[in-house]
Amino acid sequence: MRALALDPRNRGLVQASRLILLSGGVFIWWLCTTMEWLPPFFFGDPIVVAQRMVGWFISGEIFLHLYTTLLETLLAFGIGTALGLGVGLWLALSPFFAEVTDPFLKAFNSMPRLIFAPIFALWFGLGIWSKIALGVTLVFFVVFFNVFQGVREVSPVVLANTRMLGASSRQLMRHVYLPSAMSWVFSSLHNAVGIAFVGSVVGEYLGSEKGVGYVILLAEGVFDINSVIAGILLLTIFALLLDAAVSFCEDRFMRWRPEAGQTVGATA
Amino acid sequence: MNVLKHKFAEQRYPASPTINFDAVTCAFASNEGGGKTYTAIRDVTLTVNDGEFLSIVGPTGCGKSTLLNVAAGLMRPSSGHISIFGKELQGGLNRDASYLFQADALMPWKNAEDNVAAGLIFHGTPKAEALEVARDWLVRVGLDGHGHKYPHQMSGGMRKRAGLAQALALNPRILLMDEPFSALDIQTRQLMENELLQLWAADRKSVMFVTHDLEEAIALSDRVVVLSAGPATRPIAEFDIDLDRPREVADIRMTQRFLQLHAAIWDVLKGEVLKSYARTRS
Repeated sequence: MRALALDPRNRGLVQASRLILLSGGVFIWWLCTTMEWLPPFFFGDPIVVAQRMVGWFISGEIFLHLYTTLLETLLAFGIGTALGLGVGLWLALSPFFAEVTDPFLKAFNSMPRLIFAPIFALWFGLGIWSKIALGVTLVFFVVFFNVFQGVREVSPVVLANTRMLGASSRQLMRHVYLPSAMSWVFSSLHNAVGIAFVGSVVGEYLGSEKGVGYVILLAEGVFDINSVIAGILLLTIFALLLDAAVSFCEDRFMRWRPEAGQTVGATA
Repeated sequence: MNVLKHKFAEQRYPASPTINFDAVTCAFASNEGGGKTYTAIRDVTLTVNDGEFLSIVGPTGCGKSTLLNVAAGLMRPSSGHISIFGKELQGGLNRDASYLFQADALMPWKNAEDNVAAGLIFHGTPKAEALEVARDWLVRVGLDGHGHKYPHQMSGGMRKRAGLAQALALNPRILLMDEPFSALDIQTRQLMENELLQLWAADRKSVMFVTHDLEEAIALSDRVVVLSAGPATRPIAEFDIDLDRPREVADIRMTQRFLQLHAAIWDVLKGEVLKSYARTRS
């Protein structure tokens, strides 16, 4: 029996279902804490959380923290992406250095890099740069490995054809390697957005005087669970916004890519 | 027939070889490893004359593409020499040639126009001018109005047309073609073959056309070279195709002379195909 046509292409139905899921979740949370099935002291209360967030914006006290965190995140994201792109292209095109650096890169990548936070705090102080440094080390590897892979997967036929058309090595870079790597970069940027936030918030949490991570730390210190949750939600919203911005750029730059269901021989 | 052939021959070749293979051998490291080598082609001596349409036929996997790659400069021979217009090709790419690959070779991130213009831009033509030439070529290959489509939005035949435009837009003196139409259905293929002949007739570039389809080879060419089964492939026979031009590829297949030539060449080719088949089975 097919009672409901659950068609994933039906945007209205999908959005409505999402809204139901969200409000259902919040309602259960509210119910549990209001009925004291869960202690509100530890689990917060959605209404108070909402009030707290609105209050922050009305009083304006959150703007400095939000600005700091966003600045750190965007800078970490930008610098990490640029470095990952540059080093990825360079290593992918120089097999010797790729071979030489391979074990070191693997070591750095498998290392739990959040551990660097205290070291960066010592090196760069408690200002924004220690957080940016942490974010960069996180973002860099995600982008780097994708670019490296992207360049390696360039279709040899497309490459040979472009060389036959007379492309110099700089032109090959611009017309073949870079665009080919870009589709990999964009898929990695979605991960990188979340990771960049991790870098700044963890950095702030470990030692800072402003930023959303700092707000969360203060709230936690006085067992103000509602403010902690409000801070987390605020970060989530901005991570989603940044992710949407990446998607927007992706749609603009990747217009050549076939949509799902279409096939393309040369990019395979 | 013989008189005609002779006349044609004089008119066609002013006797300067465009591409000259001199005892070219290409050996690769074998997949089996252990220092074994696989010799794709051995001691190939072959000439493509100026303005000649030369087809190379042979069984599958006999190293036909290797010959083209050597002529293009994409691959260096293990021994022997390859010269283009009398100059030996050493290390670099063959700058006088355009290469039409068997697989799709358009840049998937550029639309048809930009793909065709790319070669000109690489050679320093200003962008606006290159795009104008590209549009002109797209019209000539029958892609008028499809210039803004990306490769994945085009059919296999359209991609081949765009590829042809890309290769011809550079106005090369040599055209290397590696089974360019093998992936197309038979109707599209015959249309493309006719169009290729028309485009070629305009300025008679030297063409080296690799195919496994004997009918296609005869219908298009001035001369057909038969390669032996691999490994260590070499040319074993060549036939002058004395069919009148201009040709209509679908009709010419029905003529008496075509059938005679086909029978004669197939007689040689059949043995190699059977050898190659026996090898792949064992």
